[in-house]
Amino acid sequence: MIYSISIECLQIAFVLGAAPLFVGWVRMLKCWAHGRASAGLLQPYRDIYKLFYKDVTIARNASWIFRAAPYITFGACVLAGGIIPVISTDLPLSLSADVIALVAVFAIARFFTALAGMDAGTAFGGMGSSREMMVASLAEPAMLMSVFTISLVAGSTTLSQMVHVSLSSPLVLRPSLAFALLAFALVAIAETGRIPVDNPATHLELTMIHEAMVLEYSGRHLALIEWAGEMKLFLFASLGVALFFPWGMAGVYNPLMLPVAFVSLAAKLAAIGAAIVLVETRLAKMRIFHVPEFLGIAFILATLGMLSFFMLE
Amino acid sequence: MKKNAMSLRDALIEALGADAAPNAGQYPASVPLFEAPKARFAEAAAVLKAREARLVAEWATDETPFGRGFGVWALYNAGDEYLTVKCGVPYDAPEFPSLTKTYLGAWRFERRMQSLMGVEPAGHPDTRPWIKHEDWPKDAFPLRKSFDGETYLQRVEGDYRWVRAEGEGVYEIPVGPVHAGIIEPGHFRFQAVGEDIINLEERLGYVHKGIEKRFESLSWTDGARLAGRVSGDTTVAHAMGYCQALEAAAGCAAPPRAQWIRALLLERERIANHIGDIGAISNDAAFTFLLYQTAILRERMLRTNKTLFGHRLTMDMVVPGGVAVDVSAGAASAIQDELASVSGEFERLVRICEDNPSLEDRVYGAGTLSAALAKEMGVVGLVARASGQNLDARVQYPTPPYADIIPAVPRLRSGDVHARVWVRVEEVRDSIRIIREILRYLPSGPLVTGCPAPRPGAMGISVVEGWRGEIIWWLQAGPKSEINRAMARDPSMVTWLALEQAIKGNIVPDFPLCNKSFNQSYSGNDL
Repeated sequence: MIYSISIECLQIAFVLGAAPLFVGWVRMLKCWAHGRASAGLLQPYRDIYKLFYKDVTIARNASWIFRAAPYITFGACVLAGGIIPVISTDLPLSLSADVIALVAVFAIARFFTALAGMDAGTAFGGMGSSREMMVASLAEPAMLMSVFTISLVAGSTTLSQMVHVSLSSPLVLRPSLAFALLAFALVAIAETGRIPVDNPATHLELTMIHEAMVLEYSGRHLALIEWAGEMKLFLFASLGVALFFPWGMAGVYNPLMLPVAFVSLAAKLAAIGAAIVLVETRLAKMRIFHVPEFLGIAFILATLGMLSFFMLE
Repeated sequence: MKKNAMSLRDALIEALGADAAPNAGQYPASVPLFEAPKARFAEAAAVLKAREARLVAEWATDETPFGRGFGVWALYNAGDEYLTVKCGVPYDAPEFPSLTKTYLGAWRFERRMQSLMGVEPAGHPDTRPWIKHEDWPKDAFPLRKSFDGETYLQRVEGDYRWVRAEGEGVYEIPVGPVHAGIIEPGHFRFQAVGEDIINLEERLGYVHKGIEKRFESLSWTDGARLAGRVSGDTTVAHAMGYCQALEAAAGCAAPPRAQWIRALLLERERIANHIGDIGAISNDAAFTFLLYQTAILRERMLRTNKTLFGHRLTMDMVVPGGVAVDVSAGAASAIQDELASVSGEFERLVRICEDNPSLEDRVYGAGTLSAALAKEMGVVGLVARASGQNLDARVQYPTPPYADIIPAVPRLRSGDVHARVWVRVEEVRDSIRIIREILRYLPSGPLVTGCPAPRPGAMGISVVEGWRGEIIWWLQAGPKSEINRAMARDPSMVTWLALEQAIKGNIVPDFPLCNKSFNQSYSGNDL
């Protein structure tokens, strides 16, 4: 039990610490792809550090929701970091919260961010919240469908159990998982606000989705929101790894596997980062009304995955 | 058909008879000036409109130094003919008939005249101030001679009445004047239902610097420097416009070599800005790759400018009577080499741009300005050419070397963002060709000629095709041969209005893309 709890703490600390590094890696690759000099791997840490030391400016008519939302969002992402098996399946939190709870945890974070976007009463905040909700209402069912396909294979909705099953079963190519992976990738792009759905680097207020909701934030509040956003990207990448490519992850009571787990995760995330950059350099952002079609495709792919499980496996 | 073939001048004389009095004080003589009685000013506009003329500019002068009241001027163009109509307005009853009901483009010209000069357009449907914001005292008219430019004005309270939209689900999005990116200030107010824009109202004037007023206290020579700063990205074109108008009024001509070097600088400015714009438009669709690639190309051109001419944007290279820099044989070959590499790289980027379906999906059909609307609003430059208008001042009003090296005028019909990108692409290609021709046939001779001050009361006008489009400069010498009035009409003054129309029916998140494809100047509009 003490071992599990210490692994749990280690993993949460790891997620907190490594998330900015992953974003730094993506940004660095992106700079290289554009032919620019990059600010280095550590720039996201410097940004967060800088924001923590800046003053907070709050709109006069903002309510407690505006102040609480960054902490709730950040807390939800930390909690998610304890649920998703990132380096080990030995997580007490993962046993008590399954994948449906995980989607709900992200939904809570989103709900409060959207409320906070509307709280100050600016046009951009409301616009961002409305767009975020449009994306969320389509992304969440597609995400659940995609993960359920793997649950069917594993016979459980508990993430560590799902990972455990795929680790201990022989490697077979399952068409259902291929469909689910595609669906999951599309949903992850939408959930983490990447191109072609949203552009995390834009300065154009009118085109923003996630950034529009948090335009009013500054100082430590903004630092927490940025950090939470980085964790969300890291966690979706890790969740993808855990669901589809878990090999190398430390199993139950196996501390000797931990170094291997770190190295294999680092390699997989590096590859995912490169894939993100490849997609984002090749694609322009889509018109916002194509986002429902995009997520509709994700939903259909996930459904196909589920159907093919019943028909073929 | 026969009627339309009649020149504007003949049409005006036929309609107004002896009331259209020719005035020989405006140069060059190819742009005639007619004085009409105030009562027939609007009629003249209607006559010219019937001949398919376009309202190019409308402005007012304070002619008290000549012992007269105000002058109200309108410049028209049809084909290659430009024509000016003026009417006098008494000082104590500053009112003139509005042209807005004939020409949509007069809308903001007249609001500007009303705000800055205090002449009232009678019958104008919109009397809100323009450029001069409501925190100015109501009776402060900065362009009047009686207004001392050094006065410190007290801020007053005031409200701007916005166009309102009401109804179920209608909401307003105020954007600016301070934006998140590093761009100039301007306010945009959207009325939207969901994401659909039902109305956009622009409000500009945040970068009003009083440039026109400032000219009146400068010497003719210093004026060229200020003209080069009307809009920093168009410095060559504006300095050229000012110098050509001054040379016309003064009756001197820049030597041929100087005129060719001016054209060389003008085309370099066009290439650098178009290339930068193509990247910036892609960036607004989150296709960042092209932004950085085009930025590298543009930077390469600016650095060549710095090495060869001593200034990245080639400011102050065009001076009254000629140019301040020469193009040596070494410089010519350096430019040839640079163009070869820029051209090759540019074509590679154009292919990337063309081969990207996700980018194409954004630019086709977005921000469409129909040909009919473009014509009705008197839009100029690349925006007009993207909407099917055959307008290029280098062709319609050629100055050397454009009579010898004729620019190709790319023309597209669709009027959307893609058309405006594509006009830029074609113009970059053609400008590269023009520069090569200029370098091949560059005449020898002096670079600058002495230019006297214009005679008292002389007026000069010029038309220059800057990279945004047709730029007009009009200068008037006072009784002591000083600058009495300097009027600059940047293409932005007509094209900003067209953006409001082009955006209707689009969705809110497409606005930045559409706006960037117009890329009008705030500074050039606000002066």
